[in-house]
Amino acid sequence: MNLAVRDIRHNFGRFLLTALGIGLLLMLVMGMGGIYRGLVQEATLLVDRSGADLWVVQKNTRGPFAEISRIPRNVEDRILAVPGVIRADAFVSHTIQREYRGRPLRLTVQGLAWPADRGEWLPLVAGRPLEQAHYELVADRSSGLRTGDRIPLGKNVYTVVGLTSDMNSSSGDAMAFLTRADAQAVQFDLPGEAIRIERSARIARLNSTDLGMVNPQMAERAGGTSSGIPALGASMVSAVLVNVAPGYDQAAIAEKIASWPDVSVYSHSAQRELLLRGMVDKARRQLGLFRILLIIVSAVIMALILYTLTLDKIHDIAMLKLMGARNRVILGLILQQALLLGALGFGIAYLVGQRLFPYFPRRVVVVPDDLIQLAVVVLVISVLASLLGIAKALRVDPGEVLS
Amino acid sequence: MNEFVVEAEHLTKTYGSGNTEVVALREVGLTISRGEVVALLGPSGAGKSTLLTVLGLIRPPDRGVIRIHGTTVFDGRLLVDAAVFRRRHLGFVFQKANLIPFLTALENVQLAMEINDAPPGAARKRARELLDYLGVGDRAGHLPAKLSGGQQQRVAVARALVNRPALLLADEPTAALDSVRGRQVMELFRTVAHEQDTGVLVVTHDHRALDVFDRAYEMEDGQLRPGSIPVSFHATPGSGDSR
Repeated sequence: MNLAVRDIRHNFGRFLLTALGIGLLLMLVMGMGGIYRGLVQEATLLVDRSGADLWVVQKNTRGPFAEISRIPRNVEDRILAVPGVIRADAFVSHTIQREYRGRPLRLTVQGLAWPADRGEWLPLVAGRPLEQAHYELVADRSSGLRTGDRIPLGKNVYTVVGLTSDMNSSSGDAMAFLTRADAQAVQFDLPGEAIRIERSARIARLNSTDLGMVNPQMAERAGGTSSGIPALGASMVSAVLVNVAPGYDQAAIAEKIASWPDVSVYSHSAQRELLLRGMVDKARRQLGLFRILLIIVSAVIMALILYTLTLDKIHDIAMLKLMGARNRVILGLILQQALLLGALGFGIAYLVGQRLFPYFPRRVVVVPDDLIQLAVVVLVISVLASLLGIAKALRVDPGEVLS
Repeated sequence: MNEFVVEAEHLTKTYGSGNTEVVALREVGLTISRGEVVALLGPSGAGKSTLLTVLGLIRPPDRGVIRIHGTTVFDGRLLVDAAVFRRRHLGFVFQKANLIPFLTALENVQLAMEINDAPPGAARKRARELLDYLGVGDRAGHLPAKLSGGQQQRVAVARALVNRPALLLADEPTAALDSVRGRQVMELFRTVAHEQDTGVLVVTHDHRALDVFDRAYEMEDGQLRPGSIPVSFHATPGSGDSR
């Protein structure tokens, strides 16, 4: 006869309420793990999705995810000249915050290497990839944007032509994909007044030199657009993503490019590792600590609940002992209830979590491995939590029936 | 096997020590024969319940010898596994029925038999038979909270008898019942004792039902009073000796 099940059936409401409380606690534990996974996934999303074999960044920097990296765009052309390189794309990424429809809109802008890359690889849930060289963007739906929305960025207005899902930056901001030229136009946009002042300053600087004094027509050129001045280089990019042709030795090509005095080179895995060790590590440890604390709190609460449930049954346990029940009957009663409480709590945590996690501001990714790990943890804390009650029950004197 | 289901000699039990020492049993000796229903009378604090717990192997005495069902279970130290011995040879009924509240009447009785390693099917059958025999068969599927005090006590009696114990120990089993129900329970003990050859020792204050008993012991200050025993109301089936 299963006493645990019969006792639960008799006090089902109380048991269910208790399991709900435990379940919500376990849901938080599950959520913490999921937030960590989400953090890692978001952080490594670009590195993984880019498909680049090598990341070429500013010399002696760790790349755009760790610190500011600026390299001239012409590095892209130099890399393309290296035998074995089949593709080199400038990487442009920056975060903007604008006011849109009365709400702050944060976007991590990514430049696509138009026309080779139109964003066909993006996980679109609505709309289409880019079809024009300018003034179109694909945004993640977590931004709250809809297809057809027109967003003023810099001096231009961009139309949202497509929506992605689960494309967030490591900071949790929605990503927006524009052509690289548009992304840089947004990045380096300056107000008209700033441009006018800069042009005046250029003319003033020129006029203060011998060259300017003897060549007055140069002032006209100096006061024009930046792109019209040969002495000013093209805008800088954060990194260049490189793909190596099959059959070529990636390490050898990386070594060759790294020998240039102005760049450093990282493999895909090295860049990923840098990203995780740098950006995610502290958050991971923080979340891990919270997780451990929550597990301890869950275990303590479970222990107290089971102890209280045992105290409620002390008289019955004394009667069972008086009747000569073996210790395993009493142990089974408490342990089975602990395991059922843990199992039901875990089930509630999973079901409630599945419904609640999508509404969390950061992505929560619950993977089977984490579920199995948490199930084992719940099993262990259920057993540990029952020990207090079991110890109490086994000390009960059958003579207490007479009291 | 001899005719006594219980033989106890020189039982002594002391609680506390020094100034707080209380001698609950002083050199107590008694016998109960098979099929005999014996009353244990006496005022509160006389040591009746202590004697019951000692004979029930709940709290061992400090000294003395106890033989139950032909086995010496105590001779200064416990010679048997008390829990095993209790579930095989002893039955208990108390003032309160002490039924497990989350089990039905049938399950309460069945559990006692399953604890004694009976197969669930056989235990269920025997439990139902006993409940029918005790007149509460129609309440078998009810939880204790849905039973009257008398019905609960009958279920408790069924639980105590389900393993066919050699000795049934009852502590004020009718205290919570009205006189009619109380008498019914006492008569039930007598019937069971005589039909199943079980020895029954009942601690009671209820003098109205003394005619039900085969013999009575009277206890005061931890001693079975000399001369007061036996108080015979009936011809005893065994020759219950006393001191």
